[in-house]
Amino acid sequence: MEREYDNIPGTYPLDSRTYRKGYHVNMFLMSLNKAECRDQFAQDERAYLDTFKMKEDQKLAVIERRYLDLLKLGANVYYAFKLVSFDRQPPQVMYGQMAEPRLTFDEFQQMMLGGGRPINGNRSVEEWNNG
Amino acid sequence: MAKLIAGMGTSHVPGLGAAMDNGKTEEDYWKGLFAGLEPLRGWHQANTPDVNIIVYNDHATEFSLDSYSTFTIGVGESFKPADEGWGPRRVPEMLGHPELAWHIIESAMADEFDLAVNASMDLDHGFTVPLSIAYGQPKEWPTAVVPVCVNVIQHPLPTALRCYKLGQAIGKAVASYPDEITVGIWGTGGLSHQLGGERVGVVNPEVDQRFLDNLSKDPLANTRLSHTDFMREAGCEGVEMIMWNVMRGALGDNVEEVFRLYHIPVSATAYGAIILENR
Ligand SMILES: [Fe+2]
Repeated sequence: MEREYDNIPGTYPLDSRTYRKGYHVNMFLMSLNKAECRDQFAQDERAYLDTFKMKEDQKLAVIERRYLDLLKLGANVYYAFKLVSFDRQPPQVMYGQMAEPRLTFDEFQQMMLGGGRPINGNRSVEEWNNG
Repeated sequence: MAKLIAGMGTSHVPGLGAAMDNGKTEEDYWKGLFAGLEPLRGWHQANTPDVNIIVYNDHATEFSLDSYSTFTIGVGESFKPADEGWGPRRVPEMLGHPELAWHIIESAMADEFDLAVNASMDLDHGFTVPLSIAYGQPKEWPTAVVPVCVNVIQHPLPTALRCYKLGQAIGKAVASYPDEITVGIWGTGGLSHQLGGERVGVVNPEVDQRFLDNLSKDPLANTRLSHTDFMREAGCEGVEMIMWNVMRGALGDNVEEVFRLYHIPVSATAYGAIILENR
């Protein structure tokens, strides 16, 4: 079923649709809260991922740290943070990678220091399409 | 009888806690913000209640897709800072106030609010960062706490109005608590921010400032916003602002705003803080 918020551009809320699509990938991400799971993942990422009922494209997106693809495959950003933290990266690295256009850490910081992404022009898919 | 003295609203950005934990508050990026927080800390020093009821959300730490209640209240004797993926923050344990927590549970139940009860939840940045903002880096926290966790992550979320009404039920419960204690209530999270997707980094000062104005001038206006309004206008994660409605609902009709700070950016977030004294 469509939702009222579906035409907010570039936005991936966790709802019943993403819940089901992303259940296993999010539960993998959540497991990184535990030090012993982080150790297992560090030892052999692929082998650890194989202990979860994730789809192959989800596993590859994890291994290749493709964060936007992860969201598209059902991961939620709060869960995705666990992977960024695992890598000891600041979140701005992930933010920049997801941004359209893609931004480096410094470019993302600069955008925020300049007042952030403006709301005007970013409210709806229609606003995006009209440039 | 217990007395609810004031409410605070504050964002709970993890970076803020990390800046304090890692001694970075004097760096250029943070200096201005922490200077701006000085009066807030002064107010807290002069007005430390016996207990703070802290409304926060758990970020896939203790609660997840496996189990996430809409409203959960912590009845433990104490609570530990959680490991969210980079090891727990090195901040003191938080002492609970089970007696007040249970009183709220019973009183709210009579008011049609069935709160999930939890005795062992670890508390993540959503809870510990506001404590650090208010009280800095003490050896022990100066107040006991009652954690109230709101699901603002996994839709369907409680409405903005429902959050306000929960606040009213909590306010009523505090007013009927028999011991002579002082109580504060904090709403945390927000203000405008979006952390995921191509639109990451969107903020909206106009909507944030109106929300802050409304807290004292027209609090019900903040209950008429839909989740889509919040997500569209204040970013996907800006919907956290509904937790401030719990805080506001607990206070009386007349509040006086005695502190406000608004600062962009903290990480990807528009930082906001406010103190409202109950009149
Ligand atoms: Fe939050």
